[in-house]
Amino acid sequence: MATQTMTAGAAGEAHAAHAEQTFWQRYVFSTDHKTIAMQYLFTGMAMAVLGGFFSYVFRMQMAYPGAEVPFWGIVTPAAYNTLITNHGAIMIFWVAMPVLIAAFGNYLIPLMLGCDDMVFPRLNRLSYQIFLLSVLVLFSSFFVKGGGFGGAWTVYPPLSSKAEYNLTPGGSTIFLIAVALEFVAFLMGGINFITTAMNSRAPGMKMYDIPMVVWTIVLASILFMGSVGPLVAGAVMLIFDQTIGTAFFDPNRGGDPILWQHLFWFFGHPEVYVVLLPALGIVAEIITVFSRKKLFAYRTAIYVAIATCVLSFTVWAHHQFIAGIDPRMANIFTVTTLLISVPVAQMMLVYIATLYGGSITFTTPMLWALGFIATFLLGGVTGIFLGTAGSDIYFHDTYFVLAHFHYTFYPIAIIGSFAGFTFWFPKMFGRMLNETLGKIHFWVTITAFSGTFLPLFVTGILGDNRRIPDHRIYPELDTPMLNGLREFATISMVIMLLVQFVFVFNVVWSLRRGKKAGKNPWKANTLEWTADSPPPHGNWKDLPRVYRGPYEYSVPGRSEDYWPQDVPN
Amino acid sequence: MSSGRPIATTRSAAGMPTGRLAVWWVIASEIVIFGGLLASYVMYRLAHDAFAEQAAHTNTWIGAFNTFVLLTSSLMAVQAHKAADEGDGPRAARFLQLTAAGGLLFAVVKAFEWTDEIRHGFTITSSTFWSFYYTAAGLHAAHVLAGVVILLIVAASAKRSVELHRVELIGIYWHFVDVVWIFLFPLLYIAK
Repeated sequence: MATQTMTAGAAGEAHAAHAEQTFWQRYVFSTDHKTIAMQYLFTGMAMAVLGGFFSYVFRMQMAYPGAEVPFWGIVTPAAYNTLITNHGAIMIFWVAMPVLIAAFGNYLIPLMLGCDDMVFPRLNRLSYQIFLLSVLVLFSSFFVKGGGFGGAWTVYPPLSSKAEYNLTPGGSTIFLIAVALEFVAFLMGGINFITTAMNSRAPGMKMYDIPMVVWTIVLASILFMGSVGPLVAGAVMLIFDQTIGTAFFDPNRGGDPILWQHLFWFFGHPEVYVVLLPALGIVAEIITVFSRKKLFAYRTAIYVAIATCVLSFTVWAHHQFIAGIDPRMANIFTVTTLLISVPVAQMMLVYIATLYGGSITFTTPMLWALGFIATFLLGGVTGIFLGTAGSDIYFHDTYFVLAHFHYTFYPIAIIGSFAGFTFWFPKMFGRMLNETLGKIHFWVTITAFSGTFLPLFVTGILGDNRRIPDHRIYPELDTPMLNGLREFATISMVIMLLVQFVFVFNVVWSLRRGKKAGKNPWKANTLEWTADSPPPHGNWKDLPRVYRGPYEYSVPGRSEDYWPQDVPN
Repeated sequence: MSSGRPIATTRSAAGMPTGRLAVWWVIASEIVIFGGLLASYVMYRLAHDAFAEQAAHTNTWIGAFNTFVLLTSSLMAVQAHKAADEGDGPRAARFLQLTAAGGLLFAVVKAFEWTDEIRHGFTITSSTFWSFYYTAAGLHAAHVLAGVVILLIVAASAKRSVELHRVELIGIYWHFVDVVWIFLFPLLYIAK
């Protein structure tokens, strides 16, 4: 203990010495986990703007085919392909991953575990720098001959491996390199997260005193690490196919294109859970704080998260039911896919049971958390139709699939991120967000989101195929009913994008004029709320000690309805 | 820039030093990368008997010699670890340099082997077997070369008897590189 206090003092002095850092040292080349978290957060947000803009362009083309799209022009089929491909890849690899895992992971893990930084601060900085490099490499793919890659984010060969099919010889290789760099960045970050959580917890903090969100981010990092390897190998093989003429995925010369699908989805499906888990953790934190109740069945929730991770390795081939895999395999993967809905549903029940009988306050973060549960449930339920081989054969590659996974990814990446951002904003910037603007933003966003994707379930059931740049060439897809639904979806989507200006205004306004937050505006238990807002370099003068679990709310016999983890009694 | 090590790095709630823990996680992530590649190879190998004809052209003796070189270098890494445990930095550094020499010898032998094969017309595009052969062995060789660089860096600090715990960490990594080759050697050279 004595050494502990002494080193903490030394860190305090080091902090004082840090006061005279230059702008570059402080914001660009910092090794501080909070600065790196902000770098990830704002890069991710900027990429979300780009990905959102792409979707605006191709949605306009869907609703008004052939018309000139404001801020873009005529959407050619090649541009359409590039836009949908990069919209998908950006939203998953450059928005969901950096915001949910890297930004919240970097920000919360050291603060919630009561330590001064990540265990490897310089590795952490390198992780962000490689991530930024991957962004720049992706950007560069838009400017080479043929333009950005247009073979869908799943990069299936032979479309992706042969320049004569995809017509983007440069773009397709650069795209793969960008994705591979992004993986390297997240492997580094993941090792840092896992090691920090395993080794650097505050004295007194046991495994089951760790807040849910740290558990889920760490589990997500392990899951990512366990699943991404084969795709890294696959990416190398595919780049060789594209550039030096090997034939790993070319059936004419002894290769097998289905192998890529296996390698891709062996990663691709766990990836859904990689981004889902942090969102689940964020929602758990928010729901307990704003219902002033202990998280229902905390340990079960952790086991459920672990079970989700394990099961997620066994479901990948449900993406390939019509790819020519053995029909007997389709049965097995149908069973595993339906099985994985059990732990996920259990997690939803944990939330609902936590809400039950609580004294609920409908703050903006709480609304986002509840919105997550409502929308994600619909996404999960529609997944059952697709996980079952029999019905998937009909729904495959229709807008039903698209609406389904947007009903899972949107709650995860957008609603989950807004929930986390609005909840920890006071800690990050020391000021409160405006509640009225926050609520307007929430209600319009969630309504417009439903208006965008609910019609697409219907068009999918009616047989509307994905990835068609212009429906007018297929008379059976050019009916007034389908066109009306498409137009409705597009208008909703534009409203959804426009209302984000309310959010931006709210953030900018609150940063200047918002009410001072103080250390613990939500009266929460976890350790990050015991640090100053925003926390200084080194986080605490004296690092905290932990005496109990994170969810001791409304404990009978206490005058206050919360019991912070670092208070001795 | 960074003000020494953060306190976080010095804690070990899991009962294992942070560096060692992290190296094991690095290895875990590497296992899945090589695992994916080798699993793909095995699936193809099972589906295509033609691989056997191609594999017959690889030189088992050179492969065996390289296996011997790598295993010996791992022994040197163990000796370095022992010396580091006893606090003898310069001795650890010498053994690390020997380990690196083993890695370099491996790479040189590999270079001659590949040159010979390419001269006989077996290039990476000849057939799927050769694609796998060069990709898998090449990925491994890249790990060997990276390991050599790190070995020499660690040796330089061990010589001054600083950061001696790193000797063990690079040793763990080097054994891993060794074990990958133990899988590659039978798959690419012996299974004919």
